[in-house]
Amino acid sequence: MMLGLGSAGVFLLAVSVQSGHVAQDSAFWKEETKERNYYTRYHNMTEISKWMEQMKRENPDVVSSLVYGQTYEKRNITLMKIGVSSTNRKKAIWMDCGIHAREWIAPAFCQYFVEEILRTYKTNSKLNEIVKNLDFYVTPVLNIDGYIYSWINESTRLWRKSRSPGTGGSTCYGTDINRNFNANWGVVGVSTDCCEQTYCGTKALSETEAQAVTDMLVKMSGDILAFFTIHSYSQMILVPYGHPNISAPNYNELMKVGLGAAKAIKDVHGIDYTVGTPSEILYPFTGSSQDYARQIGIPLSFTFELRDQGEHGFLLPEDQIQPTCEEAYAGVQHIISYAHDKAFYSSAATITATLWTTLLAAWVTTATVG
Amino acid sequence: MFWRLVFVLLILTVDHGNSTLMPKIGTEPSVGSGQLQNSFLPGLDNLTTTAKEGEVVEVENVMMTGVLHPSHYPARRAATVVQHYLNTRYGSPYRWVFLSTVHKGSAEDVTDIGRKYHLELTVQDTISNVSGRCSAELVFPEGAEQGAPQVNASCDELLQSNTTAQEEVFYQQHIASNNPVSGDNIPDSHGHMEPTMKPFWHLGGVASSFIMLRESNESTMYNMAQVANFTQLETENNQLRFQYHVLLHEMVSQEIIHWKLLVTWSPAEGVKVLQTELQPKCHCEVPPNTTK
Repeated sequence: MMLGLGSAGVFLLAVSVQSGHVAQDSAFWKEETKERNYYTRYHNMTEISKWMEQMKRENPDVVSSLVYGQTYEKRNITLMKIGVSSTNRKKAIWMDCGIHAREWIAPAFCQYFVEEILRTYKTNSKLNEIVKNLDFYVTPVLNIDGYIYSWINESTRLWRKSRSPGTGGSTCYGTDINRNFNANWGVVGVSTDCCEQTYCGTKALSETEAQAVTDMLVKMSGDILAFFTIHSYSQMILVPYGHPNISAPNYNELMKVGLGAAKAIKDVHGIDYTVGTPSEILYPFTGSSQDYARQIGIPLSFTFELRDQGEHGFLLPEDQIQPTCEEAYAGVQHIISYAHDKAFYSSAATITATLWTTLLAAWVTTATVG
Repeated sequence: MFWRLVFVLLILTVDHGNSTLMPKIGTEPSVGSGQLQNSFLPGLDNLTTTAKEGEVVEVENVMMTGVLHPSHYPARRAATVVQHYLNTRYGSPYRWVFLSTVHKGSAEDVTDIGRKYHLELTVQDTISNVSGRCSAELVFPEGAEQGAPQVNASCDELLQSNTTAQEEVFYQQHIASNNPVSGDNIPDSHGHMEPTMKPFWHLGGVASSFIMLRESNESTMYNMAQVANFTQLETENNQLRFQYHVLLHEMVSQEIIHWKLLVTWSPAEGVKVLQTELQPKCHCEVPPNTTK
């Protein structure tokens, strides 16, 4: 009798936990017609700033913003915090876009990402649960100075770095912010020539943009479940570390989750994304934000390199913004779901809950019978 | 007994998962305080701390030999060189191929020759979307002068796709024209181009392949980033002639490299590049009165 009730408790518990694990709701990327035009175009920094304000105004209960640093040219670096308010300290997902100025599809993706969450969190049960349990911290454009510079005219369009001045009387500008983090800084895959595209700076965190991210990650590191940094191009999901001889302790997990994300991406429009460390699939390099995030203990740290594979390269046509964002969204959501479920549905929790149910059933039985 | 079980369960429930309610009881390393989680090998840690500012350590670049992982970069870079080769041989304003997939690859050192790759790959024509499977052999020559890679490749059907009609129309349209055509920024900042500019974009890509093939080695990966501008010159020997200024993107260094090319084409002769001229790296800066 007690065994029967205990089993029923286990069964009921198993069912309720499983519904949380249900595979990605196809509504995540279903075609909708509501105001899609905005998200099929590239936007300059003024427009993106206005859009951030609009998102806050239209969704005051779930969106707030935070200025967490300044660029070299003294512009505010702003992130959007998205999630259902809670009195408890919540877990977090970090996403930044536009570390490299010319990768315009990246800020476009951050905008799309925010819009999709705001559009579907009320009706999508999985997403609804996620925004209750954690907050998204999204920086639509990190390298604001570089991004603005790349919008000046055709000759500046392919700018990559920050806009801090060079040293030693050089007329060259800019440091590669994604070589400037304090993660094996300056060791491999960098240039010491301030005129070159992978110039790592005069020292680690010489760039205020990298310092701003570092400060936030240190403040939040215990709470961040997953870290995303969005780039283009190559169609890749990179996992730490960029140094050829250093492996992340959870490399297998990173690869498993990354490959799951690549499958989710391919299911949308058939596009292949390659998964691996930079040393495996791209080129070795150190000082990246992804490496720093992993190094300070954020277990799931990914760099997304969006479309394409060289045909248009950085100059991805606007008619590819939507499909690119749809597939990347599916990839990112796969990882977010995994991270969320790992934190809130770990096997220890399941076992404990099962035992509680069994115990409760037993107590109820003995109380009524005994 | 029962209550002891309840007590144990209480501890279990509170201890894990709900870390929002309880402070961590010191079982995990405290990473919130900025401590670095040390996953470095001891030797390499010394590397970081003793390297002087500006001293980049050259990590020994062990060349992959034997069977290559098809989606790792050594096979991928070599296959991209094959793509460039195929475009120099078969490309036109209406045929421009790109690497899709590497199926198999292997590499070996050949004494006094260099590094030899065997590859099985699929390329796709970006215009017709026709795919074709190719077998290729390529050699990156060793030695100081480091000449262009030598490529041998054969592909199934792909390159027999019928572009003759379109090419003929395009050729006739421009060969006797009193209105020499020109264009710039193809694609533009937003990735757009006029439909009439598309064949010139393809032609620029194919012409760029001659340079990209010549300049490639195992540490590079080239794509054409943009046609900065092109101008039609006077027809000579029934060949359409163009001056092109192209921007190449080199993936490993992330540099944008400017080249000027003298290009000829006809349906009969295919694409030829008569002259190439590397443009100096421009450190010309736009005055910084950028609006916020």
